[in-house]
Amino acid sequence: MSRIDVRKTYKLYVGGAFPRSESGHSYEVFDSKGKFVANAALASRKDARDAVIAARKAFPGWSARTAYNRAQIVYRIAEVMEDRRPQFVQAVVQSEGLSASKAEKVVDEAIDRLVWYAGWADKITQVIGNANPVAGPFFNLSTPEPTGVVAVLAPQESSLLGLIGVVAPAIVTGNTVVVVSSCDRPLPAVTFSEVLATSDVPGGVVNILTGSAATVGPWLASHMDVNALDLTGIAGDSALATDLEVAAADNLKRVRRAPAAEPDWTLDPGLDAMTAFLETKTVWHPIGV
Amino acid sequence: MSTPFDYAPAPESRSIVDIKPSYGLFINGEFVDGHGKSFKTISPATEEVLAEVAEADEADVDAAVKAARKAFRAWSRMPGRERAKYLYRIARIIQERSRELAVLESLDNGKPIKESRDVDVPTVAAHFFYYAGWADKLEHAGFGSNPQPLGVAGQVIPWNFPLLMLAWKIAPALACGNTVVLKPAETTPLTALLFAEICQQADLPPGVVNIVTGAGGTGQALVGHPDVDKVAFTGSTEVGKAIARTVAGTNKKVTLELGGKAANIVFDDAPLDQAVEGIVNGIFFNQGHVCCAGSRLLVQESVADELLAKLKRRMSTLRVGDPLDKNTDIGAINSAEQLARIRELSDIGESEGAGRWSPACELPSTGFWFPPTLFTGVSQAHRIAREEIFGPVLSVLTFRTPSEAIEKANNTPYGLSAGVWTDKGSRILHMANQLRAGVVWANTFNKFDPTSPFGGYKESGYGREGGRHGLEAYLK
Amino acid sequence: MSTSSTVLDSSFDDVTRTDASLRRFLHGLPGVDQVGAEARAAGLGTRSIKTSAKAYALDLAIRMVDLTTLEGQDTPGKVRALASKAMRPDPADPTCPQVAAVCVYPDMVPVARETLGDSGVHIAAVATAFPSGRAAMDIKLADTKDAVDAGAHEIDMVIDRGAFLAGHYLQVFEEIAQVREACRREKGESAHLKVIFETGELQTYDNVRRASWLAMMAGAHFIKTSTGKVQPAATLPVTLVMLEAVRDFREQTGTMIGVKPAGGIRTSKDAIKYLVMVNEVAGPDWLDPDWFRFGASTLLNDLLMQRTKMTTGRYSGPDYFTLD
Repeated sequence: MSRIDVRKTYKLYVGGAFPRSESGHSYEVFDSKGKFVANAALASRKDARDAVIAARKAFPGWSARTAYNRAQIVYRIAEVMEDRRPQFVQAVVQSEGLSASKAEKVVDEAIDRLVWYAGWADKITQVIGNANPVAGPFFNLSTPEPTGVVAVLAPQESSLLGLIGVVAPAIVTGNTVVVVSSCDRPLPAVTFSEVLATSDVPGGVVNILTGSAATVGPWLASHMDVNALDLTGIAGDSALATDLEVAAADNLKRVRRAPAAEPDWTLDPGLDAMTAFLETKTVWHPIGV
Repeated sequence: MSTPFDYAPAPESRSIVDIKPSYGLFINGEFVDGHGKSFKTISPATEEVLAEVAEADEADVDAAVKAARKAFRAWSRMPGRERAKYLYRIARIIQERSRELAVLESLDNGKPIKESRDVDVPTVAAHFFYYAGWADKLEHAGFGSNPQPLGVAGQVIPWNFPLLMLAWKIAPALACGNTVVLKPAETTPLTALLFAEICQQADLPPGVVNIVTGAGGTGQALVGHPDVDKVAFTGSTEVGKAIARTVAGTNKKVTLELGGKAANIVFDDAPLDQAVEGIVNGIFFNQGHVCCAGSRLLVQESVADELLAKLKRRMSTLRVGDPLDKNTDIGAINSAEQLARIRELSDIGESEGAGRWSPACELPSTGFWFPPTLFTGVSQAHRIAREEIFGPVLSVLTFRTPSEAIEKANNTPYGLSAGVWTDKGSRILHMANQLRAGVVWANTFNKFDPTSPFGGYKESGYGREGGRHGLEAYLK
Repeated sequence: MSTSSTVLDSSFDDVTRTDASLRRFLHGLPGVDQVGAEARAAGLGTRSIKTSAKAYALDLAIRMVDLTTLEGQDTPGKVRALASKAMRPDPADPTCPQVAAVCVYPDMVPVARETLGDSGVHIAAVATAFPSGRAAMDIKLADTKDAVDAGAHEIDMVIDRGAFLAGHYLQVFEEIAQVREACRREKGESAHLKVIFETGELQTYDNVRRASWLAMMAGAHFIKTSTGKVQPAATLPVTLVMLEAVRDFREQTGTMIGVKPAGGIRTSKDAIKYLVMVNEVAGPDWLDPDWFRFGASTLLNDLLMQRTKMTTGRYSGPDYFTLD
């Protein structure tokens, strides 16, 4: 008799724990050929609320860590992902319908992208910060600081590489995030959350909600304790993007706008994804005896 | 009524490190016998011979440079993110083998295990980690949109921080796509050779890192080799000048990190207890074998007596002895030669009329030892105020006003570092502006970080190591 | 406790005359650089105390414990049990020393006294509206007198942190001086006075240094970090700053003052770090229960477990020590 396999329950990732949706709802996830794969938790408004609380709680500690320490931790995520490479390849094959070899390339790229971002933790300040030669007896120095809690709508198509492309730049500089994963392709995000839970990343730094950006997005966009919003995940939906941007204006969230179409995630991402969620602080101090 | 709290010996086990009886040269990814003679490396704490090490002659150096040149082609063209991963691997292996490296460093160098364990080795790993991250971001470093490596780097490092100086040299060179031939100091070759093993473990392509052991002759052969594109040297100002002459008329790019005679300036409003710690750390860290050591204490007259009393009391708690004992604060002087130099200059200080003081401390009978020492009543005219002693010897001078402090601090051919102690922020910044030194520490001393550029003004050398600035030395 | 009684030093008369003069003096003390002080404390924490040194340190630490219970739920039974444990911390081992004192609320002093008798274990009572210190002065003094009359050898008073933070230094000074007066007994004897700063509320090391000098000038026999009711309680850097203060005070006046970190010290490893700090910062003269105490409750059992490990060579477990 053939063995009956044990199926996994896919859950949310909030505050370092794996809760089911507060609403008790889940939704069916299908692979690219339409075959049922699993039920994923359907994040609700209240899950978004809980995730923001977790992210806010984690922010002081995470942003106060040394850049070196954040670099080590993000690099550690890459190490643990490498260790689970086959699982990610399978998740990408299922979600994105790629051939195994193409999925392998995507996973490799995702891991390398994390390594790339890890190195930025203690370099971004030197690249975008500077001493300012003011005309007076003053020391004057500008340095970047993280914005705070960033709500991220992750890309719908690129379920792993695209996810890394929006999460890594936000956290490596010291922000904490609430991420709404790709709705139809949530499995790589769920696997990624399991990696986060075992990679020295403090609970609450990354919170991952599976479900609909259109449903959860407005609650995050209007949330007064969220400091910034990344709309990458609703690329092409300009009406929704405008609505969310309007909602975000109530507390002047920094908004990274939705592109017309999902970008090619294999290209050099540049610094934009990091600088979008950084504030510049300038310190003046007199010079004298 | 109290009984003394004597700390029982707490030696770190040396069994963790496996020292071979003899070592060859590391060329093209393999250990090979040199053509030349060999020399012995000893433990300065016991004078016990640790190993025989090959002395590379000109032919050996040539073979190493050839291997580096051959490896350069592929290494420089490798995508930055792949080079990065090799450097991350090295950083991780250093973290994993940290205890072994720390014990070996303390054995060969004489420095206390608490420093090799808590300072040297963690900073080495951090340095590789930091520069690994630059390998795939060089176009963002501010040196043009398409920066290119120089080629083969010939690197010569000193004995005071053997592994850390290796990291300062090799990590940025490799990150930028250069290949290297490195010569560790004659008295401290062992951790560099263990590092060679780590390169093998990391599967670093052969020839990217080559280690040639030897003395001054080996260094000269390396620096003078016509196929070396870049020379990086840390050591004495005298040898630095000789290197500058050697490379004159060539296209070799050079960075030199040389001697120092740093002033550590204490104002009367300083946090005194922390200033005392900073002074102690400034001159007794690593037995004073530190190019940026705070070897001249400039203390404001109004607080001089109080500070000196506190300093002497603190010096009395320093524990001198076995470098492998976890409670040792001051280890062995690195060599008989260095000990003779420290003794000579200290005797000169005494004969020139300065007041010499050391706490009562028992020194071991074998090995090379010098007690923590301070000289009071020193003036700028004394040789101990002008010459680098490179030992645990502090010269104490006084000043009355900020301008006098600046004048005295800058009155030296050196310009590597300086310290300022005051609770007044604007004065710190004023002093920092006026001091002609490459690093100014305010209310701290002897702090190092991979992200922070380090290097000197004037005869303390040129070029910077560390931070974004450290990349410039290895790019065109 | 040592009989060399602290003499109120008249050389500070000018300093302690007015709020303004006190302020000038306290704010003229050298500042404490936070980063440097914490680095120094951490550095001392890396000392490796082994074998004979560890055995010495464990016994010394036991002798320095002020075994404490300060709960609303304290009963005579609880205090009797605590007092028994203070006299014989490890009933299985007669070589185990007794602790320095038990520390209780004033109403429990008679109970403790009954059990302790002339065992040599002192009775310390918290007073002056412990832990907040928020009460009228006459109540604080009555509180103190009650405890002294009931037979307390030592009084652990709290300062008025509100007054201190508001800059009313003279008020704090006078409160300490008056409580010290209230510690007097007939026949010229006096209970020893420990002054609690609640360093977690003073926040800065500069404030800790100022409070230390204020208390020493006002006649404190001991300066103590915390009540144990506020986090953070005792820390190594706070204790470092206080040890520097008593060291400097002796340098200037010849008078030795004791130091008591209290709250949050739970393991032998921690206790040994404190002893190393005492040894190297204040000096070996302070390595004595007369001059250094640990305010603790759970620490004692860990010290006993480590002590047993030293003698038997194997790790012990909590089941083998009394829980009182």
